[in-house]
Amino acid sequence: MRFEGTDSFVATEDLKVAVNAAVALERPLLIKGEPGTGKTVLAQEIAKALNRKLISWHVKSTTKAQQGLYEYDAVSRLRDSQLGDPRVHDIGNYIIRGKLWDAFEAETAPVLLIDEIDKADIEFPNDLLLELDRMEFFVYETRQTIKARQRPIIVITSNNEKELPDAFLRRCFFHYIKFPDRETMQRIVDVHYPGISHLLLHEALTSFFELRELPGLKKRPSTSEFLDWLKLLLAEDIGPELLRERNAARLIPPLHGALLKNEQDVHLFERIAFMARRG
Amino acid sequence: MFLAFFLALRAAGVKASLREFLTLQEAMVQGLAGFDVEHFYYLARATLVKDERFLDKFDAVFAEHFKGALSPQPEAAGEVAPQEIPREWLEKLAEKLLTEEEKAQIQSLGGFEALMETLRQRLEEQKGRHQGGNKWIGTAGTSPFGAYGYNPEGVRIGQEGSRHRRAVKVWDKREFRNLAGDAELGTRNMKIALRRLRRFAREGAAEELDLTGTIRSTARNAGYLDLQMVPERHNAVKLLLLLDIGGSMDEHIHLCEQLFTAASSEFKHLKHLYFHNCPYETLWRDARMRAADVVSTTDVLHTYDHTWKLVIVGDAAMSPYELLSPGGAISSWNQESGQTWLKRILDAYPKAAWINPAQERLWHYTQTTRLIAELMEQRMYGLTLEGLDQAMRRLMH
Repeated sequence: MRFEGTDSFVATEDLKVAVNAAVALERPLLIKGEPGTGKTVLAQEIAKALNRKLISWHVKSTTKAQQGLYEYDAVSRLRDSQLGDPRVHDIGNYIIRGKLWDAFEAETAPVLLIDEIDKADIEFPNDLLLELDRMEFFVYETRQTIKARQRPIIVITSNNEKELPDAFLRRCFFHYIKFPDRETMQRIVDVHYPGISHLLLHEALTSFFELRELPGLKKRPSTSEFLDWLKLLLAEDIGPELLRERNAARLIPPLHGALLKNEQDVHLFERIAFMARRG
Repeated sequence: MFLAFFLALRAAGVKASLREFLTLQEAMVQGLAGFDVEHFYYLARATLVKDERFLDKFDAVFAEHFKGALSPQPEAAGEVAPQEIPREWLEKLAEKLLTEEEKAQIQSLGGFEALMETLRQRLEEQKGRHQGGNKWIGTAGTSPFGAYGYNPEGVRIGQEGSRHRRAVKVWDKREFRNLAGDAELGTRNMKIALRRLRRFAREGAAEELDLTGTIRSTARNAGYLDLQMVPERHNAVKLLLLLDIGGSMDEHIHLCEQLFTAASSEFKHLKHLYFHNCPYETLWRDARMRAADVVSTTDVLHTYDHTWKLVIVGDAAMSPYELLSPGGAISSWNQESGQTWLKRILDAYPKAAWINPAQERLWHYTQTTRLIAELMEQRMYGLTLEGLDQAMRRLMH
């Protein structure tokens, strides 16, 4: 059972090696990379390719590690006790399972996605060390130990907002999704828009990579934005000739709103276009 | 195995730990690298490198380390026929690379003699299969030979030449160069730099009421009030930023200014002031340096006390007079030398750092840069991720 990419996801060789190593050795896989390079999608695709269930845990700044294990809803128990509800005698009724618990108890080992782990408090990864290592945890309220039936495939994504602790990193495999080169990008487009005109794709790719190389750009457009842009070009039925017209007046590619999300970047382009017209 | 490679990585500053090294061994034993150098490279990278800043270093070490092993040398391949490996040489090599446990393991495989014999047989076989004996023992862990087949001085691992050339490219491309910590700051890594500046300081023993905690523990307490306190979390960092403008470094200085301004929510206070080449008795509140915006340096020193941290950004390159003699300033007549003023400022702010956007290797060539670095007690850092990191660390402690 090896991960070889899917019909909707192009995996580069190095990514495949990293994923397969993480699956075989049952270690978490940490994925970093520019926004929009498919970090989150990867987990969905692994689940699809290996025919496993996907459990996603989206981390926010307020997320605590404990919430991934379980939560004890003491407030509703207090309320029930005041209302004389018989459920109150069993504390187990007030234990709410977290995503990790779900993943541990699943019939077949699922894919557990811990998305944007860097959003959480700096201690968050440390608090999960033992649980991810031994794949078990203890529920104090009910005095039971939850053990993983099979070790789930864990994919963790990070956007580098905080540094992750070394102890945590040592337990993971790491892969940095680099921005796809032209060849890979072509394969990605083929997967998403099969049958797109080669001429159009060629021109679009040229414009896109030129745009990315422009110095001083605040936010460089990503893969997902390129795909959106292509979709727009197709919807608007814009031909390759229009893209090729790279004279001064047409320096800004048509429908650039899909690629440039920053006012300053658009201004930058307009300035360059203006200078080109004058020169 | 690959101990030497592991040690070379560590020597190069890639902080791979023993645990990660063992994971790599485990992966090799499971045959995850197959018999492909490229896969081995990917596997080693995923296992040993945990930060994209180190990817470039890893590529460099990998290329350097396996250079002899991987670059095909067509003429040499013919003459170094497999059976010509001197036995003593192999033994010596094993002696050098193997630990006691590993030697014991070899014994269990039938002793060194037997191992060498099989190894020689294997080499013979391979020679038979591949003309010229170019294909040698592989690197994967399932065979007992792969591990010992490796040697920094030049036993080849891997496949045919054409494959190497393609494989070598992957790490020789050094695609992760701009992610390395010592790369100059640009828009690409600006964001990362910003995150480096966001350092939290918890100060004082002050506590505040933890409302959620109180409700929770009161509920647990069957409705009897149980107060919970948490330490107050606030950012106490006060930063005084002195920026040198009106020179060739303006672009970098502005980059730096934007950087700190963008991070200003992380500071309790952030104050910008400007100077030209060297701070003297006056500073400016505005980058345009109009007379109306002048503030006296003495006032500044009195307004912002020693709890403020000082960051000076400038290339520290000027004519020696501007730093050393009274009246040396180019914009106005200064009673006291720039050096005196700089010392005075540094005395006022024990926590200080100088960020120099000029390339670090050039600092040495400018007399005033050397002098100022000395005045700063070497607290001068480059405008790179690593430089910022060091500067911030220095300011915090």
